[in-house]
Amino acid sequence: MKTIKHIGLVLFLVGLGIFSLLPLTGSFTLSADNLATVAENQNIRSEVFVQELERKVVGKTFNGLSTFSPTVIKALEDANTQHRKDKEYNKIMYVSPHDMVANLAKVSGEGFLVNNKVLMWFLTFGLGIIGALLFILPDAILLGKKGIKNNGIYHSNSTSRGWIAWLVFVYLITFYLLLYFRPEYAVNWTYTVDPISQWLSGNPAGHWFVYGFMYTTVMTVMAARMYIKYRHNAYQMVRTTSVLFFQIVFAFLIPEIMVRLQMPYYDFKNAFPLDYDFFFQWNLRSLLNSGGIGLFILVWGIVLTLIIVPVMVYFFGKRWYCSWVCGCGGLAETLGDPYRQHSSKSLFSWKVERWLVHGVLVFAVGMTLMTLYSFFTESGTVLGIRTQSVQNTYSLLIGAFFAGVIGTGFYPIFGNRVWCRFGCPLAAYLGFVQRFKSRFRITTNGGQCISCGNCSVYCEQGIDVRAYAQKGENIIRSSCVGCGICSAVCPRGVLKLENGPLKGRINPTDVLLGNDVDLMELMNKKS
Amino acid sequence: MEHIVIIGNGISGITAARHIRKLSDKKITVISNENAYFFSRTALMYVYMGHMKFEHTQPYENWFWKKNRIELLTAYVERVDTENKKLILQNLQEINFDKLIIATGSNPNKFGWPGQDLKGVQGLYSKQDLEMLEANAPNNEVCKRAVIVGGGLIGIEMAEMLRSRDIPVTFLVREDSFWNIVLPKGESQMINEHIREHHIDLQLNTNLETIVSDEHGRVKAVTTDKGETIACNVVGLTAGVSPNINFLKDSGISLGKGVKVNQYLETNIADIYAIGDCAEQHQPKGNRRPVEAVWYTGRMMGEALAQTICGRKTPYNPGHWFNSAKFLDIEYQTYGWVFPEAVKKEYEEHFHWRHPKEKICITIAFHKESRQFLGINTLGIRMRHEIVDRWLTQKRSVESVLEYLKDANFDPEFYSQYEKDIVAHYNNIFGTNINPKKKSWKRIFSKA
Ligand SMILES: Cc1cc2nc3c(=O)[nH]c(=O)nc-3n(C[C@H](O)[C@H](O)[C@H](O)COP(=O)(O)OP(=O)(O)OC[C@H]3O[C@@H](n4cnc5c(N)ncnc54)[C@H](O)[C@@H]3O)c2cc1C
Ligand code: SF4
Ligand code: SF4
Repeated sequence: MKTIKHIGLVLFLVGLGIFSLLPLTGSFTLSADNLATVAENQNIRSEVFVQELERKVVGKTFNGLSTFSPTVIKALEDANTQHRKDKEYNKIMYVSPHDMVANLAKVSGEGFLVNNKVLMWFLTFGLGIIGALLFILPDAILLGKKGIKNNGIYHSNSTSRGWIAWLVFVYLITFYLLLYFRPEYAVNWTYTVDPISQWLSGNPAGHWFVYGFMYTTVMTVMAARMYIKYRHNAYQMVRTTSVLFFQIVFAFLIPEIMVRLQMPYYDFKNAFPLDYDFFFQWNLRSLLNSGGIGLFILVWGIVLTLIIVPVMVYFFGKRWYCSWVCGCGGLAETLGDPYRQHSSKSLFSWKVERWLVHGVLVFAVGMTLMTLYSFFTESGTVLGIRTQSVQNTYSLLIGAFFAGVIGTGFYPIFGNRVWCRFGCPLAAYLGFVQRFKSRFRITTNGGQCISCGNCSVYCEQGIDVRAYAQKGENIIRSSCVGCGICSAVCPRGVLKLENGPLKGRINPTDVLLGNDVDLMELMNKKS
Repeated sequence: MEHIVIIGNGISGITAARHIRKLSDKKITVISNENAYFFSRTALMYVYMGHMKFEHTQPYENWFWKKNRIELLTAYVERVDTENKKLILQNLQEINFDKLIIATGSNPNKFGWPGQDLKGVQGLYSKQDLEMLEANAPNNEVCKRAVIVGGGLIGIEMAEMLRSRDIPVTFLVREDSFWNIVLPKGESQMINEHIREHHIDLQLNTNLETIVSDEHGRVKAVTTDKGETIACNVVGLTAGVSPNINFLKDSGISLGKGVKVNQYLETNIADIYAIGDCAEQHQPKGNRRPVEAVWYTGRMMGEALAQTICGRKTPYNPGHWFNSAKFLDIEYQTYGWVFPEAVKKEYEEHFHWRHPKEKICITIAFHKESRQFLGINTLGIRMRHEIVDRWLTQKRSVESVLEYLKDANFDPEFYSQYEKDIVAHYNNIFGTNINPKKKSWKRIFSKA
């Protein structure tokens, strides 16, 4: 069994190694035809740019992207400068230079990788998946009897902020930076998933498809780990299945299939304000131009945020979204599970959390109000501030850095819910409802707590669960995502997530159950 | 300002300190020689097993004490001078007190076994014991086998700890079934099976005779009264604990097994009190024992005493007994009194149900004639404390308890529930016709 695990690890690392080297390889030759196609698709009106590319790029073979990329970027920037000088504003290309490189590179790739996409898929994703499964599945036997299996978490380098954890940290951050800011380097990855993308949506894969496919794969494989680790705990099994279902079907398959059916790309479970660009002009226009389905999506998106979300939180707590449905939550609960203990429980972090997460909510709502104002009045500015700049700032700071780079990159060191706890505006909104008007609570079982601290350590949201439990108080916190792990790891059966009447939900207690009643009365009289 | 000094920063001492602070402005000093800050003794095992770091066992952040003006002193109290109301520390420093609370906890028992002080022989009580175990048994190369002596809660915890590092463990238990001085037969039997499932070499009916030294004064084997010699590198002595009161000899404070206290937790000397593991009640309440070495009672004594010290004289008057533990993967809860066969009252009858496959069972004790519900033990099922406590107070009949059993289920959502099977089993045995009622929030929250 141990051997199988080791083989799995090696296969996984080989797959990961090949995957990581891919961006540096390959040769690219842009043909005149392909350039023309891209120019047409991208609506490029700058003949200066096209001519420059024809001179410097077309017909030449580039090894890797290290010269291809700067050549294209320079051509684009020079062309834009020229047009600005000549006041030919309609010719200026607003697309990000790196996206332009990615578009051109995508049609220029050649050689082994491009001719052997399926094989290369196998050597990267395939090996990764097989290796990871070989590493994970033997645990069904190795972990022994079912029950909580947290042995050695703080002895193992990878789960206790050792060098492996730091390596993963750096790797993830690099990966996200690349994905968001240097998409051309993801082009080689896109080839490996082209067949899948073609099959689903009929289009070749872009870098976001690679990401979506990876995300879903990683979640699926790590869900297998969850099933094995928590196989004694029905709540965890059901929850994992749910979150996996929503990722595969709603986040991955349906949007791709919608594209195939000429509909707008839309993830039906992604609620505003997490889905922060839902009300952006381009999205509204695209929805309004998509006929019935576009209108349906528009109405659905609004109803989801204004009615479905709060009503469901009232009945079940925010867990129905954060740990049963949401994609960010889904990755956190699968890939992130080994790191959940790293969330900080200090009072200080709690303060930071409240400022940050509510700050982001205000930012998101403010930006959206500006956007809507601009949309209806068709003015580009609100009170002298350019709507577009605010949107760009949000997209960069919150959308890319906070949710992506930090959100996932920080897993190995700061725990798996950094984004959900400190950044997610939707979580802040759900949190209000959960805190003030919800049937959900974590009930503390009378006086049974022994203050051991397992619950607090494994709370991914950094809630000091023990602080409540040892006082006999129910846990009513806006940030609780109802993952149920505190209840699972408690060795004394103290905690139960449940939905019940509002009355008696919050139960401040001075003296715990077990001590004589007179004393309780005494205390009550006092207060 | 009145100066309250507390010896011992365990759950009882710290609870007293916290509640005194809540109720008053008195000067509070807490002294301990074990660790600067209060930590949860019950969590020591999880540190060795790698579930958490030692710092996680400390329920309060370090700034808490200063903010609440609870002074912490790391020192060993050598002697109590009751006449002059002062403590003499090991470094000969003296500390005056107006009121003294003794909350010094327990020490692991040693019964004079030959070799009990050898290197590699240890108990598991303090932070220092944990560090010693880390040194004695870091892995299964250094510690090729460990022998644990004494089949109680700490014994099984220690076995679990060592097994988490794949160290072979032999578990010597004096009784003919695990912890059957507390657990009824069915439960004890199930735990025997579970211990063996975890590849622990459980030897029942077996006593330790001697611990054998190697040439360096380190344990190399033990011999048992079965005539067996077991080679080992670590011996865990877990045959119970007794009050840690040696330093009080000759202080004039009246001592028995522990520090003798009345129901107000007062010792024979005015302004000196004792709480927690080290206190011994003159007259324990009901079926309770004079010395109760569990977490909850220490906490309750701390709560009660704080009231007294702050001018509201309050007896230590615990409600219905409850406790809980975990045997490897099986959680155990108990409410009220369920006695094992050996000491069962003549009026006490048991109803026992065990799951056909899973390691789940329950035992309900009731009065033979009146059928009054006396207590319940569950293994592998969580119970709602408030509900069972209420039933005990209401002196419900066993039939009513079974009928409403679903109200008391505290298992996580989506767990299989067994009330139907349990009640069917009861009906079968006693020829009754009880129908389990659906869980009702209204009943759960009605305060009566
Ligand atoms: C491994 C383990 C697991 C346990 N698990 C459970 C459980 O699951 N459930 C449960 O109910 N109970 C459990 N217990 C028992 C429970 O921990 C004790 O009942 C409880 O900790 C006693 O608290 P206390 O405040 O009375 O004393 P302690 O926690 O023992 O604190 C006493 C403190 O006083 C200090 N001290 C003693 N003498 C002096 C002196 N002369 N000068 C200065 N300082 C001194 C000691 O060093 C110690 O720090 C467990 C015990 C152990 C050892
Ligand atoms: S309090 Fe419990 S259920 Fe809520 S997030 Fe923390 S561990 Fe999960
Ligand atoms: S895990 Fe359970 S017993 Fe331990 S501190 Fe949390 S609620 Fe209390």
